[in-house]
Amino acid sequence: MASLAHPRTTFGRVFEHRFRQYRRTFRASLFSSFLLPVLFLTAMGLGLGAYVDDGTSEALGGVPYLVFLAPGLLAATAMQSAAFEATFPIMGGLVWNRTFHAMFATPISGRDVALGNLAWITVRLTLITTVFTIMIVLFGAASSPLISLAIPAAVLTGLAFAAPIAAFSATQRTVEKFNAVFRFGITPLFLFSGTFYPVDQLPLLLQPIAWLTPLYHGVALTRALSLGTITEQPILALVHLAVLLTFVGVGTVLAVRNISRRLVRG
Amino acid sequence: MPHLPDATDPSPLIHARGLTKRFGSFTAVDAIDFDVAPGESFGFLGPNGAGKTSAMRMIGCVSPVTSGTLRVLGHDPASHGPQIRARLGVVPQQDTLDNELTVRENLVIYGRYFGLSRAECGRRADELLDFAQLAERSGDQVEHMSGGMKRRLTIARSLINEPELMLLDEPTTGLDPQARHLLWDRLYRLKQRGVTLVLTTHYMDEAEQLCDRLVVMDKAKIVAEGSPRSLIERYSTREVTELRFAPGIGETLDGRLEGLAERIEHLPDRILLYADDGEAAAAAVHQRGLQPEAVLVRRSSLEDVFLRLTGRSLAD
Amino acid sequence: MTALRLTPLLIPGSRRSMRLVERNVYVYRHTWLVILSGFFEPLFYLLSIGFGLGALIGTIPGPDGEPIPYQLFVAPALLASASMNGAINESTFNFFFKLNYNKTFTAILSTPLSPGDIAVGELAWALIRGGLYALGFVVVMLVFGLVVSPWAILVVPSALLIGFAFGAVGMAATSFMKTWQDFDLIQLVILPLFLFSATFFPIETYPPVLQVIVRLTPLYQGVDLIRSLTVGAISPILLVHVAYLSVMGFIGLAVVSRRLDKLLLT
Repeated sequence: MASLAHPRTTFGRVFEHRFRQYRRTFRASLFSSFLLPVLFLTAMGLGLGAYVDDGTSEALGGVPYLVFLAPGLLAATAMQSAAFEATFPIMGGLVWNRTFHAMFATPISGRDVALGNLAWITVRLTLITTVFTIMIVLFGAASSPLISLAIPAAVLTGLAFAAPIAAFSATQRTVEKFNAVFRFGITPLFLFSGTFYPVDQLPLLLQPIAWLTPLYHGVALTRALSLGTITEQPILALVHLAVLLTFVGVGTVLAVRNISRRLVRG
Repeated sequence: MPHLPDATDPSPLIHARGLTKRFGSFTAVDAIDFDVAPGESFGFLGPNGAGKTSAMRMIGCVSPVTSGTLRVLGHDPASHGPQIRARLGVVPQQDTLDNELTVRENLVIYGRYFGLSRAECGRRADELLDFAQLAERSGDQVEHMSGGMKRRLTIARSLINEPELMLLDEPTTGLDPQARHLLWDRLYRLKQRGVTLVLTTHYMDEAEQLCDRLVVMDKAKIVAEGSPRSLIERYSTREVTELRFAPGIGETLDGRLEGLAERIEHLPDRILLYADDGEAAAAAVHQRGLQPEAVLVRRSSLEDVFLRLTGRSLAD
Repeated sequence: MTALRLTPLLIPGSRRSMRLVERNVYVYRHTWLVILSGFFEPLFYLLSIGFGLGALIGTIPGPDGEPIPYQLFVAPALLASASMNGAINESTFNFFFKLNYNKTFTAILSTPLSPGDIAVGELAWALIRGGLYALGFVVVMLVFGLVVSPWAILVVPSALLIGFAFGAVGMAATSFMKTWQDFDLIQLVILPLFLFSATFFPIETYPPVLQVIVRLTPLYQGVDLIRSLTVGAISPILLVHVAYLSVMGFIGLAVVSRRLDKLLLT
């Protein structure tokens, strides 16, 4: 029976669609995912790092600033890419060119559309974070072979944003609020979640807030892997992991629900 | 507004001789001549791609003339574009409303582009909202309006500067019949007020309803000119008999219809017999033992004029 | 020739262009939050990098070589880059949208306004916005005690000059763009400028050859100009910065005006 042609294969078709779309812009985006880490690591890690190390480097756990910064930037970059992929392309499929509605007219379900998109974002994130991690190693900014595990940690960080944001995007009809998501969500997180310096540098009041954000946990986990300090506090690492997985899980359920509702409503 | 010296010849509002527009090697408008008198309602009739829009854009001073002479309101668009545009009302083929603004704001800001005071813009905007029957939509975002409403708003917008000359490019294309009739009514009222209308259309009924005089354009050239009535008299018969045969039969009729009408046109889906007495022609068809699936006798229209002039129907 | 014709248009008496500004004010009355949000980005950077990371840095050599607190060093640079970014956003993405999708300009051309009026009007709007942000940021700097010289009175006009230079060139570049993907190129230029124009660390950090190159780039002119004004390190080189940015702006405006004629009057 045709109806047995399955979730697995049908959501694969959604994935394939995103992949085909992407191939057209592949070169430009590979270039920027390669260039971005080089530029940031050079400017902030090497350039500015020279002055940070002049000061009080014990705040950084005794490692050079570049080594401290690199995993933070890795996790933060995963967040930014994920946020982008979960906003505009979702709006594109639902509103601008309505390709998701076209898919919905075939055996593909709302669940397939949601999962296919998240699967695609996972692949994108894996690509970006792998290139980034290779750059970190080439910059000599990795202290432990565990850095290879920083890739899945960063991907997970990205998904902890992609899933809930995709759920949000599915409720929007214009891009107006995306601007607020980036300006008041993504940018402050990028700046205040321990990417550039430990959160204990923040005013006491802000520290518990940082704890609530997925990026804080993503940065901490990624950094613990990159520095090899994860073995010192394995329980803490498990907490980080649990927080990230919760965001991914709840976000995915909401994304499936919202995208399905939206497709049914038309 | 800068003062314009009085035009040397005040009679025609638009004067074109050898007017030509080329895009690279493609000639969109090929040396056309025409004049439009004040108060007149003038039409460009022709199929898509005939050059109507290119002609309109030159008249609207947003497309430079390639060669030939063009005077609009007595002035040269090349040197007096802004001054001429200040006195035109333009309704483009595709609505160019400002989607980011509300209905009323669209009118007000457009008036501001013409240098009208805010108070004056507000006053005229309210008047025009009534005229376009959009008063109760005044605060709505333009994006969510129907095609007919957008069209009426575009026309209202083009009137904000109280233009002497209105350019309407396909004013009712894409609208449902009800919306078209409402628009025609509004345009007719403008005509009554003495506004000169220049419009393009590929709808015969529209041209017959609105135009005092028109030119038929085909392949960048003007192929005929006159009032709708005179064009029909000149290029067609009083009546037309349309015959539809079952598929495959139409092609086998060669010769069997000969002599039944002044002129016979074979179209893919029907055969047209041009005769002053259509009923007689229909009767003659039956007398010859032919049995069309459908017979329709009607008065000649501009569609027939166009078919005669170009050998093609307008809908193509 | 074109530049000569444009000069009078820039004089505040250019009333026709100002009507385009009025149009944008109407639009932003509906989305004032977007306007407001633009003010927060440099503020977030100042708080995070200036104060958070600055605490680990302490002092850093200022424009005249004298060590100054890091906050004092980075704040003017953040203002300069924010002026660039604001102008680039308005003159590239927003301008491209209006030019190609919204058809806003097509309607305007049926009125007495000309393509030149549109170019100047759009730029004026970007500058008004940028000027408001700059003013807000200067107030923040005052509150944090980061303005130490009376020359700082010239900071807002300098920010406007940066906006003018980048806005005009951004519009000129956009007039050549065909698809959204071309904007990757703009980011490819803007991001390195943001990171490497002595924004976050002194130009002396670079090897001598690179220093010469950085000194030739446009954002460096703006960063050095505003930083020198806020700390009161006045020298004739500031006039060179002003001349550089002015020429850049006028060239951009001449190009975009000619391109708009070509694109819109067909």
